[in-house]
Formats: sequence, C-alpha cells, structure tokens
Amino acid sequence: MLAKRIIPCLDVAGGRVVKGTSFVQLRDSGDPVELAHLYYQEGADEVVMLDITATAEERHTVTDIVENISENVFVPLAVGGGIRSIDDVRRLLLSGADKVCINTAALLNPTLVSKSADKFGSQSIVVAIDAKRIGRAKQAQWEVYICAGQRATGTEATAWAKRAVELGAGEILLTSIDADGHRAGYDIELTRAVSETVTVPVIASGGAGSMEDLRRALVSGKADAVIAASIFHYGICSILEAKEYLAKRGVAIRI
Amino acid sequence: MIAIVDYGAGNVRSVSNAIAKLGHQATVTSEPGEVANAKAIIVPGVGSAADAMANLRALKLAESIKQWIAEGRPFLGVCIGLQILLTVSEEGGWCECLGIIPGRVRRLPRGLKVPHMGWNQVKQKVSHPVFDGIPDGASFYFLHSYYVEPADRSLVIGETEYGIPVCSVIAAGNLIATQFHPEKSGETGLKIYENFIRLATAHIYQ
Repeated sequence: MLAKRIIPCLDVAGGRVVKGTSFVQLRDSGDPVELAHLYYQEGADEVVMLDITATAEERHTVTDIVENISENVFVPLAVGGGIRSIDDVRRLLLSGADKVCINTAALLNPTLVSKSADKFGSQSIVVAIDAKRIGRAKQAQWEVYICAGQRATGTEATAWAKRAVELGAGEILLTSIDADGHRAGYDIELTRAVSETVTVPVIASGGAGSMEDLRRALVSGKADAVIAASIFHYGICSILEAKEYLAKRGVAIRI
Repeated sequence: MIAIVDYGAGNVRSVSNAIAKLGHQATVTSEPGEVANAKAIIVPGVGSAADAMANLRALKLAESIKQWIAEGRPFLGVCIGLQILLTVSEEGGWCECLGIIPGRVRRLPRGLKVPHMGWNQVKQKVSHPVFDGIPDGASFYFLHSYYVEPADRSLVIGETEYGIPVCSVIAAGNLIATQFHPEKSGETGLKIYENFIRLATAHIYQ
C-alpha cells in the first residue's frame, strides 16, 4: 500500500535554517545540509527546502546547498522559493533537486508551469498554493495569496489547484495562511477540499503542533503527505516518533 | 568502470551520488564509445518514455544499449530506464521503445492518484541476489504514471500493489530494472545499487 509521507520543511534565509529561535539550542546547528541529513536519518520520506529570502545573490548559495544536501540525502528533495523562469527550474534540478515548488510565478505566469512540465516532466513540478479562508458562508472558500502571503489574488484555491494540475503540476503543496505558525492543527477543510478536487497528490502544510494534527490532516483531510517544521525543529517529536504514532493508529506509513 | 548513461532525461546526479556513497566510481557519459567500454551500465530516467527514446536515438545510444544487453553485459535500468526496454509505450500515443523485453507500457488506471508518487512496498516474487539484505515487502520510492506489462510474466521478480499489481522489478540474466528509484529510497535503495555492483563485478571476473 502506498504510504503517507512525512516531510520536514527547512525554511532557509542567508544560507541558514530559520523559523524558531530556540532551534539552535535543540539542534547543533541551523545548517540546512546537516539538518537535512539528520532528518533523513530519522526517517523523513522526503525533504522540502524553501528559500524564503530568494534574492538574486542568494540564488547561488541555494544551489550550493542543494548540491551538498543531495550528496548525502537519498530521499526526494523538493526546493522552492523565488522560482521565476525555466532556467531557475533547470538549475535547481541539475543541482540535485528532484522537484521544484513554484508559487507566485505559477499564478502570474501559468505557462511557466506548462513549459516546465513539458520540459522536465510533471513529476518534478510542484505548484505551491498559499490560501486564506474567506467569508463566513456555510460553503467554506479560500483565496489564493501570492508574494509570501502578502498579495491577495481574487482566485479561489480549489479552482486554482485544478487549473494547476491541468497545466502540468504533478503535486500540490497546500499551505493554510490562517493556520501557519499557530501550531493548532492544519486547516482540515481546506486540505480535504483540494485533495478531493485534484487527481495528483496533495501535501498539507501549515499548523502542525502535534502528532495528532498530522494524523488528522492525513485521515480527515485526505492529504497524501504532510509538511511540518516547528514540531520537528523544536523537538516536540522526532520524525520516527511521529511515524510510529501514525502507524500505531492505522495510517499507512514507512517505518 | 561503471557508466551512468546521460541522455538528458535522467537524474544522473542522484544516481552518481548514490554510487559515490557506496565508495565506487561512476562515469556519467552520453558517448556510445565510452558506454561500450564500461564494465556495467546504469540507465536512469525521469520524465517521459517518448522523450527518452527520442534522445537515445539522437545520441545514437539506442543501438548501443540494445547491443549491450544482447551481449548479456550487466545492465541496471531505473524508472524510464525500465520502461524503454519494452516494445511500445502508451505514453505520447504508443511510442516505439527498444523492444528488448516484449510487452507494453500502459498508463496507470483512472480512479487512482496519478502519478503514483511516494513510498510503496515491493513484494519479492522470487528470491534474487539483487534483493540480498532487503526484507520482502520493503518500501521504495515510486514516481511514475505508466507501468510495464512484460509478455513473459516470469521476468517479474518484484511486484507492488497500487490499485492493480504493478511490476516493480524485472530481471533477465544480467539485466535488472526497477520501476522505483533506488537512489531516492534511502538505505534500502542504496542496497539495490550495492547488490547490482557486486553482481556486475562477479560477472566481470567470471
């Protein structure tokens, strides 16, 4: 049976993993290469790295980091942040990334998704969607935000997810802006709405605060994979503990 | 020397990283001459079978690979590197493949999430040295939308359930090919490369 995936996420700025100040006390270092390797050894099914500053001069730092991670991490590596062109996609894939996550540029320039999928295959193109709940209607809806959650687009999230798949996305990385950073659980309704709309795998992101949150996103939210950052970075649980917790409760997991 | 065949559709870096991790050296090449001089070859692959075939033909590697396998030399195909061995692929409107293993490449059935992406278990249909040290039912990383249907089912040594039984490992003499990506399947995946290299080396000194 296909296992649900548990994916740690490394937010990188200036060549260091950020998110969480007590981080450094819990782990030896905020070095993305060391952390990716540590998570790999703990049983991560995949590793996601997001370049959250994504300035031009840091681009090369990120390429170097990707090269270094891929030398010792033998699970898939997805990389995102500031990808705007086919050249950006190519450079990351050649550096050792298996997938790239395209967010803002996908919405502003949908042909980037179709061209990248044609050139490199859908399996390497992840469209990342940041969504925020709108209105209080009985039928919940979510609006897509771009530019790191700063800009509303007026686009409805499930419709955009469907369109992204038609364009060639092989996977959707779905982040709830409302839930992100609160450690109070994923937006289950959003996750389920998108999972039931698209025919490709959906990775739920934003809000994990406990192992039970992971289980709910996978079972009630019907996600194929979950991303978590804080709970692993802060040592609330290790990846292995989370996987054992889920497996014990009947979730298909690779231990 | 182990040659990793680079035809523009492979994740060659991941494969060469895996070989390096095991303490072996591999050359990444797209030169038919260099391929012919290797002791063992690995044909990786991501993307589409149609593109892979077009590139292999353009680089004159299609014939090299056919000849290599006809001579019974050690061959490891990964993902698209498995699919191109069959006769035809449904991908891109029934594209003609190498025809080394009679059979077809079909699209995964509707109703399932496609691509089949993630970790899934491989049932070992027969005991084979490529599985040495790997428990039956171990998980590997899959990423594909098409699957192989060889006419001769006895070549299928590993099978994986994804709505239907999917052929995940094929063996025919010194040819081994996997649908999953051993280079992305953690320590268990590295074991596949280690076993292949050991078998290839044994073959060389036979």
